[in-house]
Amino acid sequence: MGESYLGGIAIQIGINMILALSLYITFSTGQISLGHAGFMAIGGYAGAILTVQAGTSLTFAIVIAALLAGLFGLLVGWPALRLGGIFLAIATLGFGIIVMVFFQNFPYTSGSMGMQGMVGTSIPLVYLLLSAIVFLTWQLMRSSWGRSFEAVREDEIAAKTMGINVTVVKLTAFILGASLAGIAGALDAHYMYYIDSHNYTFGRSIEILLFLILGGSEVVWGPLLGALILTALPELLRFMADYRMVVYGLLMMAMMIVRPQGIIDRKMFHKRR
Amino acid sequence: MTILQQCINGLMLGSTYSLLAIGYTLVFGVLQMLNLAHGEVYMIAAFFAWAMVTMMKLPFFAAFIIASLIASLSGLLIELLCFRLVNKDYPLASLLSTIGLGIVLQNFALVFSKGEMVRFPSAFHDFNINIGGLAISGVHVLILSIGIALMLSLQVLIFKTNIGKALRAVAENRVVAGMFGLNVNFIVGVTFVISSGLAGVAGVLTAMAYHSITPFMGVEMGLKGLTVIVLGGMGSLTGAMIGGLMLGLGEVLAMGYLPMCLIGYKDAIAFIMLIMVLLIKPSGLMGRSQEVKV
Repeated sequence: MGESYLGGIAIQIGINMILALSLYITFSTGQISLGHAGFMAIGGYAGAILTVQAGTSLTFAIVIAALLAGLFGLLVGWPALRLGGIFLAIATLGFGIIVMVFFQNFPYTSGSMGMQGMVGTSIPLVYLLLSAIVFLTWQLMRSSWGRSFEAVREDEIAAKTMGINVTVVKLTAFILGASLAGIAGALDAHYMYYIDSHNYTFGRSIEILLFLILGGSEVVWGPLLGALILTALPELLRFMADYRMVVYGLLMMAMMIVRPQGIIDRKMFHKRR
Repeated sequence: MTILQQCINGLMLGSTYSLLAIGYTLVFGVLQMLNLAHGEVYMIAAFFAWAMVTMMKLPFFAAFIIASLIASLSGLLIELLCFRLVNKDYPLASLLSTIGLGIVLQNFALVFSKGEMVRFPSAFHDFNINIGGLAISGVHVLILSIGIALMLSLQVLIFKTNIGKALRAVAENRVVAGMFGLNVNFIVGVTFVISSGLAGVAGVLTAMAYHSITPFMGVEMGLKGLTVIVLGGMGSLTGAMIGGLMLGLGEVLAMGYLPMCLIGYKDAIAFIMLIMVLLIKPSGLMGRSQEVKV
């Protein structure tokens, strides 16, 4: 495969960090998506088809993957504006599964057999993209846009009376989140050298949500830490052999009892007040 | 296979969906939160029943009852660990905690089954019931009758007894119910016991019908159950029952009558139905629409 064991884990961590941020942006307007694996799949398949069958460069494929996933974000996010809370979560869950089933039966990418022949990704590429995304997300959240995201999450009606265009804000967040998931999907498919619909199950969407909630969904550093911990933890728990996922689950439950807001919360950054 | 046989099979499958969905909807009605370990309760009940029948050589009926009771008790554990101990101001924390518990149960089952598909023994020699020349599997009829009997008794429990009245009061408004002297924690506990017990029954029944169990059997069922409660309307008991039967019927009929090229898409049917219903009526078929208050 070319990369060492540690190099592989580093790439996985980077990709998962992008995924965690993608959901963080969507969630920062109070929208829960359980279908991010679907956007990831769209990005992954688009990227793979472009580099393998059209022979384009990986960078170009990533740009197209982001645009296409963003377009689907618009298509899903627009009707989803009517839905709130748990209904939105379940509708997006349905979207994710429909995308998975679609690719399972898509003859062009040989269905559930999967497709291979991708060029690999490299640590510099993943981390360069990650740093750019982290910087832009951080800036976005500090800008007036970020403030209106937050206002919409806290109270949609109050935000509306303050003159915030809630529709535009929620859609923007949804589309941005979807495109980031698409970028991560394209990177992931190329890192794995292989793409197959089973990579994009409901479990994958849940995993992305775990990054966000465990790390903390209030500041940008939370999802990053969550992705780091939850990607590294199964590796660190290898010595537990068969029981490592049991311990992983127990740790998660314990965390939610001790720190339901996630590891990093906003208070940590405002001690001086 | 005639259409009547298909319908019986569909209703049989649907009754297990309904039992599972009722569990989701009861908990959601009382706490406004989802228990995503619900599918795993369904799965461990099947595993317990299997262990009791094959390892401890218990009679099948006893194993069925004990496994369902164990499932009910696990409901109390879920309530304590994932809901009571977790701060209510962070609803997603409870959701996550139930996912964590689901992972724990799944992997215990995985270690236990050594990663292989487990064959569930036949409860008794399957017999066919003949109605006007139609052969209908006796086990399927049995499952359907147990399912329907449970649903009807639950209707009586919820709408005719005092405990049911208390449960509805807590679902309506937790705080006010507490002020009127109801022991809210007790009622929530009862809800989890009923909910998980029904999931357990559904688990053993499905294992009986399909003769194979895996540690991951709860995942897909859990998702189907979720779909059903959204279709039927969150928190609506009748909606969950009818929604489950409809989904089972729809899936089996689609399998029988869809053109070959579309068979691969059958797992998407439930979700396509779901999204269409949500787009037309965001609160589900039988859900009450909620007013937004400032």
